[in-house]
Amino acid sequence: MKRYIGITAAVAATALVLSGCSGGDSGGDSNTIKVAYSKFGNFTQMDDHMKAVKEQFEAEHEGMTVELVPIEALEADYFTKLALMNQSAATAPDVMYEDTFKVKSDAEAGYIIPLDDYIADWEDWEQFPENAREAGAGDDGKIYGIPMGTDTRAIWYNKQLLADAGVTVPWEPESWADIIDAAEAVKAQNPDTIPFNIYSGKGQSEGASMQGFQMLLSGTGDTLYNSDEKKWVTGSQGFVDSLQFITDIYQGDLGPTPQQALDKNVGTTINSEWIPQGKLAMSLDGSWVSGTWLDTGTTPWPEWNDVMGVAAMPTQDGGGAGRTSMSGGWTLAMGAKTENPDAAWDFIATALDKDNSLSYDVAASQIAVRTDVGTSPEYVESNPTFEFFSSLVADTHFRPATSDYAKISNEITVAMEAVMTGQQTPEEAAKAYDEAITGIVGEDNTTETSD
Amino acid sequence: MTAVLTPATATGGPETPGRRPGEKKRKRLLALAHSAPLLPAVLLLAVFLFGPVISSLYGSLTNASITGATAANAEFVGLKNYFDLFGDPDFPKSVLLTIVFLVASAIIGQNGVGLGLAVLMQSANKVVRTLVSTIVVTAWVLPEIVASFAAYAFFHDGGTLNEMLGVFGVEGPNWLYTFPMFAVILANVWRGTAFSMLVYTAALNDVPPEIREAAEVDGAKGWQRFAFITVPMIRRSISTNLMLTTLQTLSVFALIFVMTGGGPGTDSTTLPLLAYQEAFKFGELGFGTAIATILLVVGALFSIAYIRALRPEVD
Repeated sequence: MKRYIGITAAVAATALVLSGCSGGDSGGDSNTIKVAYSKFGNFTQMDDHMKAVKEQFEAEHEGMTVELVPIEALEADYFTKLALMNQSAATAPDVMYEDTFKVKSDAEAGYIIPLDDYIADWEDWEQFPENAREAGAGDDGKIYGIPMGTDTRAIWYNKQLLADAGVTVPWEPESWADIIDAAEAVKAQNPDTIPFNIYSGKGQSEGASMQGFQMLLSGTGDTLYNSDEKKWVTGSQGFVDSLQFITDIYQGDLGPTPQQALDKNVGTTINSEWIPQGKLAMSLDGSWVSGTWLDTGTTPWPEWNDVMGVAAMPTQDGGGAGRTSMSGGWTLAMGAKTENPDAAWDFIATALDKDNSLSYDVAASQIAVRTDVGTSPEYVESNPTFEFFSSLVADTHFRPATSDYAKISNEITVAMEAVMTGQQTPEEAAKAYDEAITGIVGEDNTTETSD
Repeated sequence: MTAVLTPATATGGPETPGRRPGEKKRKRLLALAHSAPLLPAVLLLAVFLFGPVISSLYGSLTNASITGATAANAEFVGLKNYFDLFGDPDFPKSVLLTIVFLVASAIIGQNGVGLGLAVLMQSANKVVRTLVSTIVVTAWVLPEIVASFAAYAFFHDGGTLNEMLGVFGVEGPNWLYTFPMFAVILANVWRGTAFSMLVYTAALNDVPPEIREAAEVDGAKGWQRFAFITVPMIRRSISTNLMLTTLQTLSVFALIFVMTGGGPGTDSTTLPLLAYQEAFKFGELGFGTAIATILLVVGALFSIAYIRALRPEVD
């Protein structure tokens, strides 16, 4: 009998987890709205923002309660947790912090509902420019998420370390070779310093795929996905070249050791330790990074603006626009299982009105999407890097938000990990990637032409 | 099963004619009435244990996912997930790693070390026995997640193990990176040995000392007494313990997830980690559930093997 109990218990546990403990109909009373968002590592600004909005909302809406549900998990786990919460009425949030590139698939899954009726009566909507509105749109063209801010990516560098190594500051690299040269100069001058960080490997998931690899690939003539043909690109030279860059950095001792880079928490370590302590000279990272060093962040560092400079990521050989970036951004969306949509909407509208957007964008170092916020002197003056990062929006790129993307993104990190650890050459890793994605999407959905 | 039942029926046979005809029926009814109070328990068991099993089996036959159109309207796809799984290049490696992990850490490690400790402690004095069992049991009573972080801290690049090696002037490798399976296997042995040790200590205490003494008088050496007297007498405990440690080890997730995250690459991705990755990272619930089902089958196969191999001669 013990055997059966053992087996059934194991299965039951698995099944319970996998089925997301669905069922249960206690949706809670409609005087309470549940707000789910992410709070992890250095990212605590959203938590502060939501606490402030909760207070304001409850004061304005007598008898209403806002239940905050901060989810403390790595980004990939946040999506999972949120999806599982959304499957049951008992746990589904009324309002959620939703990544722009999850909007389409979550809308398709029926987790979030269109806000068009509310937007029609919302005068603030005029402040959102067309491309910002698109960020929260579903495949059906309806608006599912109201953007909170966006982001761009570039190279943060330590002015002093570069100047010491004989690199001209302000630094404006014009090609990948300029980055390698600068890294080698830093290494030669100061062997204890890590010259350059680019996120890489499976442990970093999207950080590596988007912020590392796609920052490179978007600067070659090639793309990941041919959006005209709606097919995934295989056999591109740009893919091999991007992997070659990763190899040059990690196998050339110009980055962290592969062991350091594969640590899941390296992102937190970099921004709260290595950079403020002057251990890292250059870091390819997001516009929000300075949020960590503000007084509202987790590692206040008053001197950051004197020490750190920012440079646009160059294209491979300076061709095209000469510079490149990747963008994402987050929205607030309404849960489909909400029992009080009007209150949920009021919460979203309050959280994203001009004053609240301004305070959040400043605290979290977001690139503002509201025109009135972006042009307000208070915003522009609050952070010296905002103007620079906003200017990158013109040359930025977005991820293909298809339902296969998560798997393909994973294959990119597998290829990166194989070359950074020297297990495969860039050609071998690119070939393995081609085979893997052909297996995922099928031969018919691949093409050798980039768009 | 018939082989076991036949002798029982045979011995029961001669008695039957002596009984009154109604007695058998009456006894059966009585037995039924006696077990009636068990009914709620059986129902609960059915609802909360078999319900999820069946729903999980069904889930593995659908294309359910975490997000996207198939999250809202999952469709029955038959055995597609299983065919896909067998075509997935990560799958054979994952099965192999699971079996390596199972054999090395549960069968050889936990059972071997547990039995060894139990035997050694029989002849040890009380102080040594208390000391050793306290140390071993400590690892076992730690919650899995705490034990996982402790193991991570021990094997990590700048961790305790390498600092200890450093004292002897040896520069240790980054265990979690260079030898991920070795590290997780040792961690699982460390964590689970106490259970085996306790089971075997109890079993050994049940072996009557006279039999061992008799064998000793007959001239059997130490290892002979162990192999031909002790082991056959505790074989039921061995079979039970092998089964329990196997099932526990098959489902180990947090330990590996915390220590290596299944990496580097897929070098320590056992089936539970693969199931997690597919179900939650890639959002393919149906496919992930299929992997969990395979895990269940592996556990069942091992259990059957143990029961067959170590079936007690007398009941």
